[in-house]
Amino acid sequence: MSLRRAIAPLLALTLALGLWELLVARYAPGSPFLPTPSAIGRWIWGAILDGSLVSATLVTLKRLGAGFLIGAAIGIPLGALCARVRVVRDTLGMLALGLQTLPSVCWVPLAILWFGQEESAILFVTVMGTVWSVVLAVQESVLAVPPLYVRAAQTMGSRGFHLWSHVVLPAALPGVLSGMKQGWAFAWRSLMAAEIFVVILSGYGLGSMLHDGRELLRMEQVVGVMGMVMLVGLLADLAIFGPAERWLRRSRGLSA
Amino acid sequence: MTQSAENTVQLALQGVTKSFNGGAGQVTALEGIDLDVRQGEFVCLVGPSGCGKSTLLSLIAGLEQADAGSMLLDGEPVRTPGRDRMVMFQQDALFPWLNVLDNVLFGLRLKSNLTEVECLEVARYYLDLVGLADRELARPHELSGGMRQRVALARCLAPNPRVLLMDEPFSSLDALTRDQLYGDIQRIFTQRRKTIVLVTHNIREAVCLGDRVVLLSPNPGRVRQVFDINLPRPRRINDPALANLAAEVTAALATHLATSESVE
Repeated sequence: MSLRRAIAPLLALTLALGLWELLVARYAPGSPFLPTPSAIGRWIWGAILDGSLVSATLVTLKRLGAGFLIGAAIGIPLGALCARVRVVRDTLGMLALGLQTLPSVCWVPLAILWFGQEESAILFVTVMGTVWSVVLAVQESVLAVPPLYVRAAQTMGSRGFHLWSHVVLPAALPGVLSGMKQGWAFAWRSLMAAEIFVVILSGYGLGSMLHDGRELLRMEQVVGVMGMVMLVGLLADLAIFGPAERWLRRSRGLSA
Repeated sequence: MTQSAENTVQLALQGVTKSFNGGAGQVTALEGIDLDVRQGEFVCLVGPSGCGKSTLLSLIAGLEQADAGSMLLDGEPVRTPGRDRMVMFQQDALFPWLNVLDNVLFGLRLKSNLTEVECLEVARYYLDLVGLADRELARPHELSGGMRQRVALARCLAPNPRVLLMDEPFSSLDALTRDQLYGDIQRIFTQRRKTIVLVTHNIREAVCLGDRVVLLSPNPGRVRQVFDINLPRPRRINDPALANLAAEVTAALATHLATSESVE
């Protein structure tokens, strides 16, 4: 069934690429600003063969994984604390609300001044992009846990840490998961901003590759890397968050 | 169980008073409630909404604190929630992230004196008692409302509480399922001789299930009258004798409501 569903988008994609190729060949042949899909394809193929695209993707994914995990590891307990203690919610929670509205690229100048052109600057920007949305999502979903579950658990003798680990967090899990998904999306955007603007020598990621494409006026590289960035984002949604959400919803009977 | 044990008072309430700060100022939900519940007795609290019957149950459960009065369970004061008083709520309150068996095991696993094997044994015994032995791997959402309340009943009985507290557990069920559960509850009550306090606004239900029916009236919540129900069990909800008694209680309630309104 999913194979049949894939036919329409694939057909549309082929059609769009063919039209693009034709239009460029007809009206702007050889333009440095408008690469043809075939030129982009050739560049991607070459970059795969010489290993540069794969290694750049791995560098980026490693940074993303580290930033996201650190952000979630800080954000989940902080969010729970915000939900539990009113004073923390009114202070830290408000701060999180403010910082979450700050576009993550705004952290770049500060990160460069604090950490220099270093790996840690990139990590810092990614974590800052992730952590606040995770804090807010966890706080909201914990506050939305039906009090009935807590009351029922209390009458069965559940208290303190047990109540949190066995009732509140499992009950809040759907909200926490969508918070993680949002956090991931923010981490991804922050990391790209960081990689484009923080020029470092310790690792060459997709953002740096994109940046170099501009410097070298290689449009096929610029567009090719953009495609790769899109693909990574799409795959994470389709392969990780999508199935996790579907499993959670099905096991709790939240969707038919 | 010996006759003397049957006659010992298990739950003793004296002068229990509770008020809330609502939008319209202080509201006295309960005033000077005196009530003794004997061991193995089935007591039903009935009254119109606002008479504080659910609040009284929450106080006994330890989920809320009384402002004044004393509340003793086997001579010990009640302050916090505990496994010796399990509560069946209006909604089943089953945890959707656990299957039926794990829901029943939840309270059992918190009892430190049981091994995992013993926990499983007890949980399966009570699932069997409520007729759901074959559904232990189902998720709560896969069950009907009546089945879910049965699981909730098994979950409450499994840790072997001294008192079972029921807060209108049948009110969200359809009539047919409800009749079935009345039968189940009576069967289990006769088998296990558990002390039960049931809150309901359905007088027929109270008369069908209870050894005693305690009538409460609102503004402020007070005990108005206590009826002894001496009908033999199992009782059927459509039994004419039961209907007559229920009519008597209903008439008494109407009288009390009329007098309390004329006082205001």
